[in-house]
Amino acid sequence: MLKALVLLFLAWVCFLFYAGIALFTSGFLLTRLELTNHSICQELPGKGPLVGGGRGEPGACWTAPRFSRAVIVLIDALRFDFVQPWPGGLPAPQPFLGRLGSIQRLLEAQPQHARLYRFLADPPTTTMQRLKALTTGSLPTFIDAGSNFASYAIQEDNLIAQLNNTGKRVVFMGDDTWKGLFPGAFSEAFFFPSFNVKDLHTVDNGILEHLYPTMDRDNWDLLIAHFLGVDHCGHKHGPHHPEMAKKLNQMDQMLQTLVERLENDTLLVVAGDHGMTETGDHGGDSKLEVMAALFLYSPLPLFPRAPLKDPEAVPQVNLVPTLALLLGLPIPFGNIGEVMVDLFSGEGDTQPLATALAQASAYHLNAQQVSRFLHAYSLAAQDLPPEELQRLQNLFSSASSEYERLLDQLKTEEVREADIQALISQLRLFLRGARTACTETWAQFRPARMIGGTVLLASTCLLCLVTSGLASSPDFPFHCLLLKSVAWGLAGSALLAGGLMAGGSGLEPALLSAGAAATSLVAFLWNLKSRGRPPMAIILPGPLPILVLLFLRSAALFSDSFILAEARAAPFLLRSLSLFLVAQLHWEGRLLGGWPTAPCLSSPTVSMARREGPRALGLLVGLLLCVRLSSLFLRCPEETPVCQSSPWLAPLAAMDGGQAKNLWYGACLGALGVLVLSVRFWLRRCGNLNSPAPPVLFVRWGLPLMALGTAAHWALASGSDEAPPRLQALVSGAVVGLPRAVLGLAALGLGLLLWQPVTVLVKTGASSSNPIVVPFVGPPASQADLDYVVPQIYRRMQDALRGKLAGGGSQTPMALAAYGLGSVYSAAVVTALALLAFPLLLLHTERISLAFLILFLQSFLLLQLLATAIGNPAGSSGPFSVPWLAISAWALTATQTFYSTGHQPVFPAIHWNAAFVGFPEGHGSSPLLPAVLVGANTFASHLLFSGSWLPAALALALCV
Amino acid sequence: MKDTDIKRLFYAHLFCVFSIILTTFIPSLFLEEFSVLETHLTWLCICSICVTILNVALYLLVKPNPSSKRSSISHKISRVLKSCVYFSISCLLYHAIIVLYGAPLIELMLETFLFAVILSTFTTLPCLCLLGPNIKAWLRVFTKNGATSIWDNSLQITTVSSVIGAWLGAFPIPLDWERPWQVWPISCTLGATCGYVAGLLISPVWIYRNRKQLTYKSR
Repeated sequence: MLKALVLLFLAWVCFLFYAGIALFTSGFLLTRLELTNHSICQELPGKGPLVGGGRGEPGACWTAPRFSRAVIVLIDALRFDFVQPWPGGLPAPQPFLGRLGSIQRLLEAQPQHARLYRFLADPPTTTMQRLKALTTGSLPTFIDAGSNFASYAIQEDNLIAQLNNTGKRVVFMGDDTWKGLFPGAFSEAFFFPSFNVKDLHTVDNGILEHLYPTMDRDNWDLLIAHFLGVDHCGHKHGPHHPEMAKKLNQMDQMLQTLVERLENDTLLVVAGDHGMTETGDHGGDSKLEVMAALFLYSPLPLFPRAPLKDPEAVPQVNLVPTLALLLGLPIPFGNIGEVMVDLFSGEGDTQPLATALAQASAYHLNAQQVSRFLHAYSLAAQDLPPEELQRLQNLFSSASSEYERLLDQLKTEEVREADIQALISQLRLFLRGARTACTETWAQFRPARMIGGTVLLASTCLLCLVTSGLASSPDFPFHCLLLKSVAWGLAGSALLAGGLMAGGSGLEPALLSAGAAATSLVAFLWNLKSRGRPPMAIILPGPLPILVLLFLRSAALFSDSFILAEARAAPFLLRSLSLFLVAQLHWEGRLLGGWPTAPCLSSPTVSMARREGPRALGLLVGLLLCVRLSSLFLRCPEETPVCQSSPWLAPLAAMDGGQAKNLWYGACLGALGVLVLSVRFWLRRCGNLNSPAPPVLFVRWGLPLMALGTAAHWALASGSDEAPPRLQALVSGAVVGLPRAVLGLAALGLGLLLWQPVTVLVKTGASSSNPIVVPFVGPPASQADLDYVVPQIYRRMQDALRGKLAGGGSQTPMALAAYGLGSVYSAAVVTALALLAFPLLLLHTERISLAFLILFLQSFLLLQLLATAIGNPAGSSGPFSVPWLAISAWALTATQTFYSTGHQPVFPAIHWNAAFVGFPEGHGSSPLLPAVLVGANTFASHLLFSGSWLPAALALALCV
Repeated sequence: MKDTDIKRLFYAHLFCVFSIILTTFIPSLFLEEFSVLETHLTWLCICSICVTILNVALYLLVKPNPSSKRSSISHKISRVLKSCVYFSISCLLYHAIIVLYGAPLIELMLETFLFAVILSTFTTLPCLCLLGPNIKAWLRVFTKNGATSIWDNSLQITTVSSVIGAWLGAFPIPLDWERPWQVWPISCTLGATCGYVAGLLISPVWIYRNRKQLTYKSR
């Protein structure tokens, strides 16, 4: 009964965590489905005739092109006030004000040729996302669920793809981010490295070297120059530094020369992809970050009207349909921007009616395309609200029929300009409504949900903290607490569901489960409190420094720079923890006994403590060395330019040098061998290898077999190309078969281990001739075990130490614990670790095996050190309780392992190759198996470090 | 007796604090372009030398521990030599620990070493002055019941607070504030210095407030 209750309680805690995570992610993770549909030149987005009649002309798609060529000068982080005209004569108070004089002169001298806009970027204001928006006309989110996670390349329809499709040539120079986004899309490209934000000049000077010669040549239709200097200057110095003035002056010079070389058929677009804050950063959604500048210029008159006094604000995506129609291209399929209507004047500039007609036609094309996109998207994904979609659809069909009516009317009689203007405003209403709906779904965080999720998670942690102290007592009232809280939770979710139904919004599982979790949690805590105030010592288990460390660890999750530095922060905390442990042991006088000034220690303890000192120090130094060595396998996060990823993460197959390859292969074999042999040796030393039980037999024969299989697979995988042709069939068969065999063996072994997890214990207890003591610290399996094992150990220890020990009977079993590693289950734990390690090793590249070896050694040392610390009964409340220190150290090790096996918590760092281990031909259509393989690779460390306790946990659960 | 001791301790510590404060701006009178952040290594050397001189001078002046019975010249010289060796060993040990904690191994070696030197100055040097080159005595002092005088207590407090200061100093390094003091090892050395100063100020106060509870057994 109690067993079931405890399991139920644990399940309930799991549910609380999952509900919190689900609530948080529903507010935080902006997701959007990428559609791969493309607009086609010969196919209009909807039915209806064309006013411009461009379909027949060569080089024209949906409309006749207004410009045959365009130059896009993208100045990264060009904030609006960098460009804003500054009244002449006044000295500028800031180094960035009034520097772009060439733009100002053009605006004043040729108001019909040039126009300045405020260019509103959508958050996240990071360059890659902005580039996607500027070419696809959509709203990129953090996770764009596309067909291919592994590459950055844009899958959606975009301007560059449309240019390529219509046979136009695109020349690019500048930031090499474009290389990843548009692989092979440029007829000529000059990429320069963009990662080093301290470097202000490489990219800009590189562009300036190639820009003018390219302009003078005639082999391009679109020229893109992406300058990075201003952005890097912001990152390095901030906008208020004199260096910014120099950089902007350089840009001004460049624009001046560029305008002089511009030909009549060319449009010049100068744009910033985002702004920057007062400190020069960007990425968020503050006004300064969002407000970029857009400047358009044409050598021919372009704008029918004089500009407004205050520059108009246009959303960034609006540039996409505008450019597409001006260049005579189809608007990209997924665009949600609206055309900038000023640029679409009719042929005769003076006739307002022709202008209005041309604008209405452009708007109508745009609206048709957006309507088509909304339709396609709502078929593929359900995240856009259906009522809003229905409303927009009605709006569009009425505007569309109005447009057709006007066109019919135009054939026979005069059309009033006011009618056209009304139609334009109707179309504009539709376009803006569609954009707002998409923005609300894709690009807006829901802070309330994020905060709610965080609070739920934090309070669940608190609950765990409280109950971990309370629940160890056997009379802890699980049943009534649990029943009450579950009842309350159900009631809460039912109430919430009723409220949601009444409010008219749909039922969301994340919200409902969060409601249930929150009410049940509150009910639980309330009941707990009403049962009598628990003392502070129970609420705050563990010593204060550990709690401070845990708090630091969780607080770091709220700082983006600490998330970047987690790969270094987790080992730092682990080292601090172990050093603190040893220092504390010393402070309590347990490492160096024998001082006459330490009266609290009696003589037998001292004689052992004498040996503990150097041993603990040795363990500490070994642990620190291991942690330091494991950092050799770090992969760098993308954002840190100075950091170099470890070269050892690449597979051996990627190496070409024969000698070095062989040496590395030898080292990996050595690591494998040491791993297997040390596990065997350790088990043998503890006397665990003598029993005929199946798990033991498996350890004796299965583990070496698995190691052999792994080694053979590595050899074949890294050198499969060099195999002689007649062996090819054999090799390819082995590449498929070997990993599967190893996986099968591991599964078999784990099954055996789970079936008989405690054979080891029975074995050591039974062999009376074996004088080796299995000390234990962990929880006993049952009262019977306790009754059985403790006297056994006690008797043997008494035999062994008789004569040496003068101490009373009460001290001896306590002193015993000071020697050993882990618990009774340690043999099972070690076996499980080894069994889990082999399949996980196979999923990684070969040289990670060295990292695995280091990690095994490290966790062994850590356990020894913890055993030294816990073994002394003075340090813990009871001999069988696991202190918080051990748990936090173990968790920190898991985090450290995640990083030191070459992982990073970002999508591009996922090891996709793991999906093809054992399946070199791919998986066909089933996504499940590759997902499992890649997941096992990614979470290898967590699987190892928590999975190793599986047998112990199962045994506990069975015996409770 | 005890109160006068605490007073002596307090004044000695005040001297140390003032000397550290002085090292931040006195050198700029003599050296051109001196500042704690920009010419950090120079400041580290000056600070370390000042604290060393002051500690030794205070030790000679105040004589916190009654001098041992044997005080022949050769004995004294061997003690001084031994102290020097111990100090350099402690510098190397600190360097190794800092590297194990994640400092770069090859680059910035001078910076790391000077950080080790200043940590040794704040921790090992007072130990050497007060306890002599006697590892066993050091190990004894840093246990729960090991302090035998208020000088031992103040040693415990200043040492631990310097180390904790250095540890805390590592936390700002990953932050993206782009301040000049976030560069390795400036934040750590500043943290250690602040911890040392705090320890110097806290220890007399703490000893004064707990003077009733502090009863020392003579060895």
